[in-house]
Amino acid sequence: MIKRTEGLFNGKQRLVPTEKSLCKRFHFLFTEIKSHAILALNSASGPKESTLSRLQRKYSAHEIAVAALFLLPSLLGFLIFFVFPLVRGILISLTDWDLLRPSHFVGADNYVELFQDQDFWNAIWVTFQYVLWNIPIQTVLALLIAVIMTKVRTSNLLRGALLLPWLLPNVVVALLAMVILDPTIGILNEGIKAFGLPAVNFLTTTELALPSIAAINIWKFMGYTALIVFAGIQGIPKEIDEAGLIDGASAWTAFTKITLPLLRPVLAFVIITSVIGSFQIYDTVAVATRGGPGHSTWVMNFFITKGAFEEYRMGYATAASMVLFAILLGVGFLQMRIMNADEAD
Amino acid sequence: MNNEKRSTKILFVVVTIFLVIISLFPLAWVARMSFTPNKTIAGFPSALLPPQMNTTNFERVLGFIEGEAAVKLGGSGQKINFYQFLFNSLVVSTILTASQVLFSALGAYAFARLRFPGRKTLFGLYLSALMVPAIVMIIPNFILMKELGWLNTYLGIMAPGLLMTPFAVFFMRQFFLGINRELEEAAFLDGAGKIRIFFQLIVPISQTALSTLAIITFINQWNDYMWPLIVGKSESARLLTVALGIFRSQTPNGSPDWGGLMAGTALAVLPTLALFLAFGKKVINSLGFSGFR
Repeated sequence: MIKRTEGLFNGKQRLVPTEKSLCKRFHFLFTEIKSHAILALNSASGPKESTLSRLQRKYSAHEIAVAALFLLPSLLGFLIFFVFPLVRGILISLTDWDLLRPSHFVGADNYVELFQDQDFWNAIWVTFQYVLWNIPIQTVLALLIAVIMTKVRTSNLLRGALLLPWLLPNVVVALLAMVILDPTIGILNEGIKAFGLPAVNFLTTTELALPSIAAINIWKFMGYTALIVFAGIQGIPKEIDEAGLIDGASAWTAFTKITLPLLRPVLAFVIITSVIGSFQIYDTVAVATRGGPGHSTWVMNFFITKGAFEEYRMGYATAASMVLFAILLGVGFLQMRIMNADEAD
Repeated sequence: MNNEKRSTKILFVVVTIFLVIISLFPLAWVARMSFTPNKTIAGFPSALLPPQMNTTNFERVLGFIEGEAAVKLGGSGQKINFYQFLFNSLVVSTILTASQVLFSALGAYAFARLRFPGRKTLFGLYLSALMVPAIVMIIPNFILMKELGWLNTYLGIMAPGLLMTPFAVFFMRQFFLGINRELEEAAFLDGAGKIRIFFQLIVPISQTALSTLAIITFINQWNDYMWPLIVGKSESARLLTVALGIFRSQTPNGSPDWGGLMAGTALAVLPTLALFLAFGKKVINSLGFSGFR
């Protein structure tokens, strides 16, 4: 048994390849995305010397026809509503279009103006702060909940209860947070007052508004994230933990030295996807604080939608959305790099 | 040792119960607020069951109490077209779900099982679209809807997701990859064509995955806010979530119509809750995939 455990740590992937294991699926997802990205790049740059006869040997005409038929609707949707708007967005960001007058090509003017715009820098700063409030706390809490779930008998009822907040519309979450956090009728403030403390204006104080929004979304996504991590822990074979404990490791060392490293693919997946989502925060802010008080919750998506749909500065707003895209690409790339660097050792 | 083990176990159970309460309490509080008339809300902010609980908030939202009488109860007195918004949300979510699941599954099957040149490249492109933030597409798509004259129509709200989302294609492709090839090969030897194999063999055995995707898609569409807000503000196309947001901004900041808002909120959440109670297990089990959203 011990030999088997050692073998597990030797493999580069360091995961027991059980078909059903979630870990495996997450890991697969990443390698999938990476290999596809590389493939797409390669085939775009290098010319392929595949001849017609080789193609004919590999693909049957009938199969290609059926594939074309099956793909047609989704491909149309992909081209019209994903590829076309992306290309068009880049072009619009180089114009001064306001939806009314004909647009003029202005080159990089929008981008230059953006980088001189105090409000835009503020939006970037606020968004980063939000992500920094949101992600670490949410991930640590989720990890804790997941570990606790492995120690108690978990029923579907418990899992359902933890998942419920995630199923609610953001608008609803924002509204019920407003009711609970309200300084005069909010039940949370009633609790605070019961201790003889003054009521707290969670959503209308400059310093508290953003952390409060983060707390609201931590509440919403905590259980969901925990369930994914829990599924990951379930994918780790029991013998590994037991072997560690027999070797005299304390529960804490066993967790940090054995469970946590094995969970890395799942944790990486959870963190990367929630960071991407977190940067795009909008609904909660739009309903609960509307960017205020002052500019304290004026996140990037709020800046962009204001510019596009209230000031009708399409070029300017689109340019801002491209900057958000670039930031996400940068952050995503950085995270993937960190992940890979860790895997190598 | 044994005693220590037991006490940690008890600690874990207590924490678990605490977690469940934290998760469920806000919803229970919505229910409590929705049955509390505005006049009693301020007087009994912390009472679990405040006096004079009744259904006037729901009656106002649903239009049984209107005008003067509604204003007296703390409403804005404006007519709330709740049924219209409910109808809009139902129609949009249902049609979008059916269409998106069907066409995404067709595409996914081609990616999973049919061989054609450029398959990997195209799938890679689909996947990379998952990395693009929604807002990048939303502005040009809004302009397109405007040019097509689809603003404030069901079609405009549904259009971007009607034929596919990268997630739906990915989800179904992963499932199709797991189906035993021998089944299809046997059917093929029996003389069935690829199209017949898909509809008569693959679709029936994929019912679990298809319905899971349908539930996730429906709930996501039902909950969506930003896009329907941008393209569907007029009452004829306004969805429930958008209506709730507008309802909230109409109430004066001095004395918000909490009772009405909470009644509307409770009604907007009911369909999701019903779906979750009926199919919750499926949603939970599919988390490995849906986590990708």
